[in-house]
Amino acid sequence: MVRVEFLGPIQKDALELDIANLNELAKILQDDAELTEWLSNSAVAVNDTLVASLECELKDGDKVSLLPPVCGG
Amino acid sequence: MLELHDGGLDVPEILKSWYIQEEKSNYGAYIPFIGTIRDEDGIDGLSFDVYEPILESWFKAWQVKAKEKGAIIKMAHSKGDVMLHESSYIAAVFSPKRRVALEFIDEFVEDFKASAPIWKYDLKNQERIYAADRSTAIKGSGILS
Repeated sequence: MVRVEFLGPIQKDALELDIANLNELAKILQDDAELTEWLSNSAVAVNDTLVASLECELKDGDKVSLLPPVCGG
Repeated sequence: MLELHDGGLDVPEILKSWYIQEEKSNYGAYIPFIGTIRDEDGIDGLSFDVYEPILESWFKAWQVKAKEKGAIIKMAHSKGDVMLHESSYIAAVFSPKRRVALEFIDEFVEDFKASAPIWKYDLKNQERIYAADRSTAIKGSGILS
């Protein structure tokens, strides 16, 4: 299973999904009305490293994080 | 050095401790930037969420850049609530000469604002409201949409 975490202001509990890559994750999350406003402006990290494309394979135990717009300081 | 503190920062203590750490390190310049919560828009304060694993890797990359210039960088940030006139952020650069430190602190703080995984909320009327209009999407955002 792959754990998907929603950080900061995205008010959503983590998911445990049986997926093999980020393309599969995108399809699942695009069907979730709660996430409509967040997918277009959130960055994605796999195992705490930011990724720039969906061409990323996932394996059992991986963690995907969604990072919405930031404002430190 | 990256420090995270619950609530507002003890600015004099942190600046002093960093000064003492480096006073014999032969740096000619010590340039801090301090971010303080201003009384505006009726807020009682600000609140912060921090995602530490990616903050640490982001900061380590900046430590490498500083080292390439013969400098070092230190940073402290708050977690949770920080009230008016308290400070939530300190960044400081130490370098042999002032020019490197002045330029580096500018680059560092700009990238911090754009990239560090920290989320800000206004504390107003007993509510914690995400500061969406002051937030910046991290470079590369939107690939899942």
